[in-house]
Amino acid sequence: MALTGIEIYKFLPKTNCKKCNFPTCLAFAMKVAQKTVDVSVCPDLSPESKAALEAAGRPPIRLVTIGPDAKKVEVGNETVLFRHEKTFFHPPALMVRIKDNEPLESIEKTVAEVSSYSVERVGIDMAPNGFAIDNLSKDAGTFAKVAASVAGKSELPLVLMSTDPAAMEAALEKVGGNRPLIYGANAENWEKMAQLAAKYKCALAVIGKDGLDSLSELTEKITKAGVEDLVLAPNTANLSDSINTLTQLRRLAFKKAFKPLGYPVITFPGAASKSVEEEAILAAQQIGKYAGIIVLDHFTPALFYPLLTLRLNIYTDPQKHIQVTSAIYPIGSPKETSPVCVTTNFSLTYFSVAGELESSGFPAWLLVCDTEGLSVLTAWAAGKFDAERIAKAVKTLNLAEKISHQKIILPGKVAVLRGELEDELKGWDIMIGPPEAMDIGSYLKQMWKN
Amino acid sequence: MAPVELPVEKWTGKIKEVKLGGNGRKSMVIGGETTLPFLKFEGVLPNKPVIAVEVQDAPPKDWPQALVSAYGDALKDPGEWAKKALSFGAEIIYLRLKSAHPEEGNTGAAEAKKAVAKVLEAVDVPVIVIGPEVPEKDNEVLVAASEVGKGQRLALGNCVEKNHRTIAATCIADGHVAIAKTPIEINLAKQLNILLCDVGLAADSIIMDPTTGSLGYGLEYTYSVMERLRIAGLMGDGMPSMPMLCDVGEESWRQKESRVTTGVPETWGDPAERAINWEIITAISLLNSGANIITLRHPKTIEFLKNSIAQLTQAG
Ligand code: B12
Ligand code: SF4
Repeated sequence: MALTGIEIYKFLPKTNCKKCNFPTCLAFAMKVAQKTVDVSVCPDLSPESKAALEAAGRPPIRLVTIGPDAKKVEVGNETVLFRHEKTFFHPPALMVRIKDNEPLESIEKTVAEVSSYSVERVGIDMAPNGFAIDNLSKDAGTFAKVAASVAGKSELPLVLMSTDPAAMEAALEKVGGNRPLIYGANAENWEKMAQLAAKYKCALAVIGKDGLDSLSELTEKITKAGVEDLVLAPNTANLSDSINTLTQLRRLAFKKAFKPLGYPVITFPGAASKSVEEEAILAAQQIGKYAGIIVLDHFTPALFYPLLTLRLNIYTDPQKHIQVTSAIYPIGSPKETSPVCVTTNFSLTYFSVAGELESSGFPAWLLVCDTEGLSVLTAWAAGKFDAERIAKAVKTLNLAEKISHQKIILPGKVAVLRGELEDELKGWDIMIGPPEAMDIGSYLKQMWKN
Repeated sequence: MAPVELPVEKWTGKIKEVKLGGNGRKSMVIGGETTLPFLKFEGVLPNKPVIAVEVQDAPPKDWPQALVSAYGDALKDPGEWAKKALSFGAEIIYLRLKSAHPEEGNTGAAEAKKAVAKVLEAVDVPVIVIGPEVPEKDNEVLVAASEVGKGQRLALGNCVEKNHRTIAATCIADGHVAIAKTPIEINLAKQLNILLCDVGLAADSIIMDPTTGSLGYGLEYTYSVMERLRIAGLMGDGMPSMPMLCDVGEESWRQKESRVTTGVPETWGDPAERAINWEIITAISLLNSGANIITLRHPKTIEFLKNSIAQLTQAG
């Protein structure tokens, strides 16, 4: 949890000696709270206070960073159990597992496919976040070679999966500079893995499938050895274990401030799944319920597109509707004879309509009314998309200057507005479009004669 | 080292148990949980969530090929359709009297009775009957449906503020359950339940439909309002503690991602798989946020979700 200035002040020497270049300890504390200066600037801070401050300021779930800066993923540091309480901040990284015992050619093909994949929704580009390279070959040389090959072909973050410290070291020698996640430490190998994590400054996954007691024992040993950037790999093999365990972990962090398990979680929904769909179901559950990194066995667009969409949905800030600015948008290169479609400024609505207009082949004007980010029917029901507002938008946005005709097309779902709008916009022809944007093309073909 | 002390919430409330079916028909109870969805370490989930499969009173005009080919000729008759749904794994039939809609045929009480009778005849699982979602027409056809299914504890919907008196009276008279639908708003949901109880409908004869937004089309709103309703119920507020139904089938198959096979980005992937994943992912997300009944359409989705529910609810 971020500390307030007052909370920080309590730990300071309170001598107002000004060695920090601030007039008082309190002024300094305020700046520390705003993160404009680091608390270590105060030379007289006692080591005990420093440690206490750090402990108190540590988020309940540590923020862990993986991968090279350009494409890094940050996971953890969530502050609520339910998105309606505030919002979820760090969307889970969706990664693809690469088996190092497969032919290099097919590995490279997958890597190329995954790293070039990107799909747009409501103006946001969504993409997979990296690769988990699994040392199924059990051979250190092969593992290192595959890791180097993947890192050479893609900038995306990596997870290195091996419990053999020698194989891990071999791979880290090649790609350690890319800040991969080391997966991982278990009861047998943790000392060596922790040394590697420290040496290469990488985060370390802690594998503990037999319950939280032994997992927390293990993380305590590892943090005592000086490695702090941890990721947990508890048992999440099936839907029930996953939702129960991950809920427990998140509650432990928030309700009990339980530090030994205050880390993000990595999951492998494909591990025990018998089909792509089963994997999709478990991954979907884990997007909603508390995973930080999700490693999928299958990469198919028909699976990734819905999962990325779900991630976008769940990690949308519930306090605000995603919206676009009210304006007249040219779609294609519209002329003064082109049609005018009217819609609302909810992003989803705007992008649905704009996308359909684009692919319809009709250049058009899209007049976006300010409905405070609500969809067509929601805005209509809330009284934020009525004849008055539409008429006002037509006038204030000077639509008449852009076109040589006097026609506007309303969304089919608000056909009822026609009469009133004819009164508000005298002389205008109010046309009623289809209810769904996907039918705009065929509608225009039929109804719009240039 | 001391064992990790599990963070268990002490909920004082409990989700109401609602019984469907009976009187010759198979019966089932939904609801009854004392914790958030599937948290075995904390409470009990005496009755697992169930899958309702949609049947319509006339062949659907707007279903995509993937669905039409899965059901085939059965779509021509609600009774055959219901049997087919049962063979896919339906635990409840969700009969939508769509042709009663003024723009879909405007059929009336007589036709409604026939369709309901056919379904009741064809299958022995509990049945939900949904009107065309035009309150006046709903009254007409649901009252008719109610008479046909008297005593068999159907669920009738959608009951909204506008028609709640009629639906409640019918449910009371014939021993049915009301599906109380409100637009993704916790206070409206609670308010409608209060209204229904005020006119004499028992609290254990109400199922809430919080309105479903599908994946990519408002899912997050539904997801959060359901979590809030469930938490409010578990915290001891009796009025939002009814079980919930989500109309996943209709909402996910309405979307472009499930319908359009050409002229979309290649990154959307194989259309057939994508459509099924759209339904699957909408369904599991809403189960995780508290749904007790989900409606589904595609046989593959039904199969996968049935397995998922079994996994989530098995003992141990
Ligand atoms: C998510 C949602 C919400 C969210 C808001 C989401 C948002 N930012 O708008 C929340 C939970 C906040 C909400 C609130 C309310 N909602 Co609401 N909501 C929905 C829901 C589930 C989905 C809406 C959505 O996002 N659709 C997707 C967008 C893209 O659709 P769209 O804007 O219509 O655009 C499509 C078409 O219209 C077309 N199109 C758009 N523009 C144009 C232009 C042209 C020219 C053409 C041809 C086509 C076209 O293209 C798009 C894609 O096909 C619907 C029910 C449903 N399943 O549809 C109810 C629904 C719209 N809500 C409803 C209601 C009543 C409300 C409330 C008034 C409830 C209340 N009293 O509190 C409030 C109002 C808000 C307020 N007071 O602040 C009702 C409206 C009933 C009616 N027919 O009037 C609905 C239909 C639910 C219902 N069945 O009762 N809602
Ligand atoms: S240096 Fe430390 S003790 Fe001195 S004023 Fe600044 S905060 Fe206070």
